Amino acid sequence: MSWETVIGLEVHVQLLTQSKMFCGCSTRYGSPPNTQVCPVCLGLPGALPVPNAHAIELATRAALALSCKVHETSVFARKNYFYPDLPKGYQISQFDQPLATGGGIEIESPERGRLTIGITRLHVEEDAGKSLHDRLPGKTAIDLNRSGTPLAEIVSEPDLRSPAEARAYLTRLKQLLLYCQVSDCNMEEGSLRVDANISIRRPGETRLGTKTEVKNMNSFANVERALTVERDRQIKLVEGGGRVEQVTMLFNAGSGEVRPMRSKEESHDYRYFPDPDLPPLVLTRLWIEQQHAALPEMPDARRDRFMTVLGLPAYDAGVLSAERPIADYYEAVVAEGTEPKTAANWVMTEVLRGYNETGQFAVSSEWLAGLLAAVKDGTVSNQAAKQVFAARAGRGSLSVTVEMRGTGKTSEVSPRQLAEKLGLVQVGDVAALGGWVDEVIAANPKEVGRYKAGETKLLGFLQGQVMKKSAGKADPKKVGALLAEKLR
Amino acid sequence: MSGVAAIADGVASGSAPAAAVARDTGERLRRAADLNATLHWSQELLDRDAARLDRLPPAERARLPLVGVPVALKDNIVTTDQPTTCASRILEGYVSPYDATVVARLKAAGAIIACKTNLDEFAMGSSTEHSAWGRVKHPLDPARVPGGSSGGSAALVAAGVVPAALGSETGGSVRQPASFCGVVGVKPSYGRVSRFGLVAFGSSLDQVSVFGRSVDDAARVLAVISGNDPNDATSAAEPPMTLEPARRDLRGLTFGIPGEYVPADLDPGVKAGLDRAVQAIQDLGGTVRQVSLPHTRFAVPCYYIVAPAEAAANLARYDGVRYGQRRVGPEGDVRALYRATRGQGFGPEVRRRILIGTYVLSSGYYDAYYRKAQQVRALLADDFRKVFAAGVDLLLTPTTPTPAFKAGEKTEDPVAMYLADIFTCSLNLAALPAMSLPVGRSGGLPVGAQLVAPMFADARMLSVAAVLETVLDATREVR
Repeated sequence: MSWETVIGLEVHVQLLTQSKMFCGCSTRYGSPPNTQVCPVCLGLPGALPVPNAHAIELATRAALALSCKVHETSVFARKNYFYPDLPKGYQISQFDQPLATGGGIEIESPERGRLTIGITRLHVEEDAGKSLHDRLPGKTAIDLNRSGTPLAEIVSEPDLRSPAEARAYLTRLKQLLLYCQVSDCNMEEGSLRVDANISIRRPGETRLGTKTEVKNMNSFANVERALTVERDRQIKLVEGGGRVEQVTMLFNAGSGEVRPMRSKEESHDYRYFPDPDLPPLVLTRLWIEQQHAALPEMPDARRDRFMTVLGLPAYDAGVLSAERPIADYYEAVVAEGTEPKTAANWVMTEVLRGYNETGQFAVSSEWLAGLLAAVKDGTVSNQAAKQVFAARAGRGSLSVTVEMRGTGKTSEVSPRQLAEKLGLVQVGDVAALGGWVDEVIAANPKEVGRYKAGETKLLGFLQGQVMKKSAGKADPKKVGALLAEKLR
Repeated sequence: MSGVAAIADGVASGSAPAAAVARDTGERLRRAADLNATLHWSQELLDRDAARLDRLPPAERARLPLVGVPVALKDNIVTTDQPTTCASRILEGYVSPYDATVVARLKAAGAIIACKTNLDEFAMGSSTEHSAWGRVKHPLDPARVPGGSSGGSAALVAAGVVPAALGSETGGSVRQPASFCGVVGVKPSYGRVSRFGLVAFGSSLDQVSVFGRSVDDAARVLAVISGNDPNDATSAAEPPMTLEPARRDLRGLTFGIPGEYVPADLDPGVKAGLDRAVQAIQDLGGTVRQVSLPHTRFAVPCYYIVAPAEAAANLARYDGVRYGQRRVGPEGDVRALYRATRGQGFGPEVRRRILIGTYVLSSGYYDAYYRKAQQVRALLADDFRKVFAAGVDLLLTPTTPTPAFKAGEKTEDPVAMYLADIFTCSLNLAALPAMSLPVGRSGGLPVGAQLVAPMFADARMLSVAAVLETVLDATREVR
């Protein structure tokens, strides 16, 4: 008999603010412990929280990007529990009146194709500090740099039906959040964290089975692994006559196992109540509409536009729209006058090769457009342009600045200047080309004979030999014409 | 001793320099040591702050409204110069790295912080008997309590040690001791004064409040500490309070007396004090009429749900992990640390309120207690709105059900102690400005009357109190 898996995900993302949720401390990652703290995020006596407007704006933007309804009034609540890295003994969160509810995102399920996964709610809250168990022998150290960092918690409906679908959801969610620039979604640095609820039931059953919560997964791949292990554990348990208990399971990436948390660690009554230090968060309808209008074009819409307006093939449009910085870069190259398909070919190959390694663009979009203009007007060949690009991108060994005459200042070398410096400007001069052509004809009597006997496709071979001899500098069109003429 | 205005004038002109004020204040603090009203002070700090003021150019001194005025601070208002303990073992020796907004404003106005005063632990109590460092004595009768929780501040003002002091209110902790000690006690509208740096008890009720020897003393200090504070999200977007011109009479003003605040079994001395205030109002041309606040009887139960609920969360931070006293339990784990630190660090009344607060917020009880209390709170506030909308300018009530009681009289009966706030806590629930004004004595003990004003009508309330003060001899027996 088969089983249906039911999964819902709770995702916490750190919002990309300069300062914390309720104080002015920096949110920078990786500083020495307890250097980004103040009376508010240390929970000192008498300190009071003041909400960060930018965090609210980012959370609102995320909610709108996930098609949620953003409420004009939401309420901050205290979630009470004791933990050494929680300085106030409560976390400021939102409970029964969250910022936003009722959204959904489209995902591409590996099993079920394109479908919409519901978003139950999105609320804002503050992060806790960190307990460090490996700094002092036999002791736990507390770092409160993270205490008070703004978070959005995004809760999905139990709409996911497999671990792979859960992963597809996370990939899509991350894409959308990156697109609207609300979080850097970096799992290693903890700026995106996933807790999963999973249960099994018989197909056709409408009630949910008893769920377990799975925590401590540090990559999307591990979410899929952990959920697969937990699903299999539940099935084996139930098929063996057992019953699933509602517990929290911790995933161990090393062993690939899940083990239940001690029940003592999770028996919490959070005693939520509205935080009396913070008046209800009131947003005007107009402001929410403005945030909605200011949302960037989302990836699907952009892909469609790349196809319909720029005429790109579906594959190119998909690659170029997947990440916002790439899409923005590509569009900037096109905006400089480059033909869209040419720009697409270059961005998808030369540009992305470096970007995928470094996360940065090696050359500006203007510079690339200048280079492609030089290809178009015949100054450099497409082949030579790749060498010019590589040199500029730092993969060659060439200086990329020139001194501006008489000023003592340097400026970025232009694509044409660099091609000249590298000796890669295309040779179209018949006299120069004639020499190489003659040498190639003389050196390849067999091929010349076959060409003359009617094997015209050998023209390409001969053309290639000339290009080689010219070190890529010859204008291939002119070479072709010259060869044809001389072999007539 | 002189009042706030006279001291500031003397220091500004140089006729009575701040150094002399500091010396005299120290002398009075030493003489008042038996009251056990102070937790921290030093002559050195007094002299240092005074010298700084005396060195200022006279023109600059003259611009400081409280220049050289010694002001005592309840020890739940954080200061960088002295410890802040909230009269609790759990904060023994704790020194704040920042000054409360009210402290910064007092300092900027030229005030000298005289001392930190004793209180009921974390401001929980009505007698200042629940202090880890012993009870405060009533200045007129050492066997009696000064009221609480701001009993130390009240006693020092009543004993003439300082002309004004800051306390804090959650349910009457300034008005009630003001009434017991025979001084002026003013709780401003909620949000009028910043809570940043006031150690939180019941955040939706807490408000820094002021004691004065006279209405003018209290009003001048309140004017300095009031006004919006960007560090407090509950601080009102109102300008600082400005003093109204002095009134000569109360013509055109209507005073309402809510029948619910004058029960048949009200202490006869307190009743006589109220009658004297009514007579004074009428003598000054004011109109007095009976009104009703029908939900009054729910105020105390409502208060004892809301305040402990908020307190339970507010006091969770005292866990021995980051600051304050830490006690390690026998098991050596973090739970044992919490148990030992909190179990031994907090006194019994604080523990009781944390338990009540935890209980009323617990899963399954929230609706029955906390949610219901919030609904009742809205009804209480509505009672006041309706009365003020019906043409009443101010309300007049007794401040307390009895004059100062004896030490130990109510310590074994928490509910009896809680009822000491029966006439005051409803104003904290309703967020309204209210004050206690001394009206006379009963059996040698001071009796106060309470004035209540509409939201942000603090200045009107004070100007009315000021003119009443001129006709009431607060040292005379009320009957």
